[in-house]
Amino acid sequence: MKSKAWKEKAAKIVFSSASSTAILIVLLIFLFLFKEAIPFIKDPGISKLFGTSWRPVSFQEESFGIVPLLTGSFLVTILATIVAVPFGVIGAVYISEVSSKYEREFLKPFIELLAGIPSVVIGFFGLVVLAPFIKAVFGLQSGLTALTGALLLALMAIPTIISISEDAINSVPKTYKEASFAVGASKLQTIWKVTVPASISGITAAVMLGMGRVIGETMAVLMVTGNAAITTLSPFESVRTMTATIAAEMGEVPFGSDHYRALFWVGIALLIITFGLNMIAQKVFSRYGGRQ
Amino acid sequence: MTSRGSETFFYWMMRGFTYFIVVVIAYIIIDIIWNGIGVIGPDFLFEYPRKSGAEGGIWPAIVGTFYLVIGTIAIALPLGMASAIYLSEYARQGRFTRMIRLAIITLAGVPSIVFGLFGLGLFVLFFQFGASIIAGSLTLACMILPTIIVASEEALQAVPQSLREGSLALGATKWETIYKNVLPYAVPGMLTGSILGIGRAAGETAPILLTVAAFYLPKLPSSVFDQVMALPYHLFVLATQHPDAEMVRPMQYGTALVLLILVLAVNLIAIMIRSHYRKKTKW
Repeated sequence: MKSKAWKEKAAKIVFSSASSTAILIVLLIFLFLFKEAIPFIKDPGISKLFGTSWRPVSFQEESFGIVPLLTGSFLVTILATIVAVPFGVIGAVYISEVSSKYEREFLKPFIELLAGIPSVVIGFFGLVVLAPFIKAVFGLQSGLTALTGALLLALMAIPTIISISEDAINSVPKTYKEASFAVGASKLQTIWKVTVPASISGITAAVMLGMGRVIGETMAVLMVTGNAAITTLSPFESVRTMTATIAAEMGEVPFGSDHYRALFWVGIALLIITFGLNMIAQKVFSRYGGRQ
Repeated sequence: MTSRGSETFFYWMMRGFTYFIVVVIAYIIIDIIWNGIGVIGPDFLFEYPRKSGAEGGIWPAIVGTFYLVIGTIAIALPLGMASAIYLSEYARQGRFTRMIRLAIITLAGVPSIVFGLFGLGLFVLFFQFGASIIAGSLTLACMILPTIIVASEEALQAVPQSLREGSLALGATKWETIYKNVLPYAVPGMLTGSILGIGRAAGETAPILLTVAAFYLPKLPSSVFDQVMALPYHLFVLATQHPDAEMVRPMQYGTALVLLILVLAVNLIAIMIRSHYRKKTKW
């Protein structure tokens, strides 16, 4: 009997400590990002980060202003969202409300498949197929633009938006729709005036999570946006995002240099932005989603 | 009649949007298969790269990816499953549980390149593992942990409460109940959900960029503290850093196809196991 009680206790301790590793990892991520980044505050000075020029390797004076990287990430994310939202939301509505049962059984796993394609493969496709296409269509000098990156990112955000929106749409109570039909609304009117407004919080959360994925995506943007660190809002210019900067430059910097520490600051900025987006999405979802 | 007509029009428009996505996915997959299939053969799969990847094969990259995936599974699977058991079977509403859930949501949203920075700071530099399989696997394991926990918890929740109550009523302890009456039904679901996370780990590039990957190594790794080549990184370097990118295009397509097949096969297996057990288990 005694060994049994001991076993019970041991099991509980093992499982609870396993689940606290998630907390530990989050704390360690913050701790180690800051640990590598903090010496920068003293030596070149934190104000350097707010400059408008990112020129980390230079014979005259290095500059570590992350503004062009922020605008690069911003531009690409906004463009990608503009493209992804109509496709994601209409796709979700079509799959859950309009398509037949057989169609749904094909469409859902097929779009899930898209989420499984590695980002480096999507980036490669963008480099070889999409970039020359963009170059030809818009008559540009180079196809490596913010737009090219945004289109690939939209593609990567679409499965996230579809699957979460679809859950939200499915959880709208049947009675809402029946009431709508009962007062003589057509199916289409019911979809756009009852079902979608009723699930708008879930759809909003889906879009925000999709944006979180877009802003954090590295390989595809690194491969197709051309990586020029200039501040621009034109979709046809080359941009350099925060993620691409870290991935491209971290391999070449001496450990402990100012440049190395500045890259960790870029990582912190990225972490804070995605964390914020995530938290807002959760809030939106739990506040209005709980009702259903 | 006109409203009927416009309704049909809108249906077709929605259908158009949805199938446009399908066409794009199909186009990507077909493009890669079409251009890559000719390259794949025993030479390509089982030889070392020559002339910076312009000739030869990708064998060490395949092996490297395999090692990384095994390492990641070995770390993340037990940890994730144990966490899910706690959350589903033991945890009560409270501060600790809320913190765990918040941590899982946060982890799920951390960008992969930030995991790379974290792995570099903690495993490569602080623990002094260097760029190595162990550093890369640990980093990837942290990244896929939320996926495994969420999927496993869902599988545990799907086991009906009555199975637990029956066992407890017969005098079994909590752990005996979980071990004999819950886990046997939940494990297939836990595994399939986890496989999807593992597929993601196999295809990720950004975290291994900073913690393990090498573009060319003359021999296979001999311990977990060695660097390895990996398929995603190999493709990235061939596509963007090679001085003669156009000439090595077939090799790029071949690598992309092998990676795509590997990841999609893993996902397909997961989906098949899932539907198999869904049909078999009827509560």
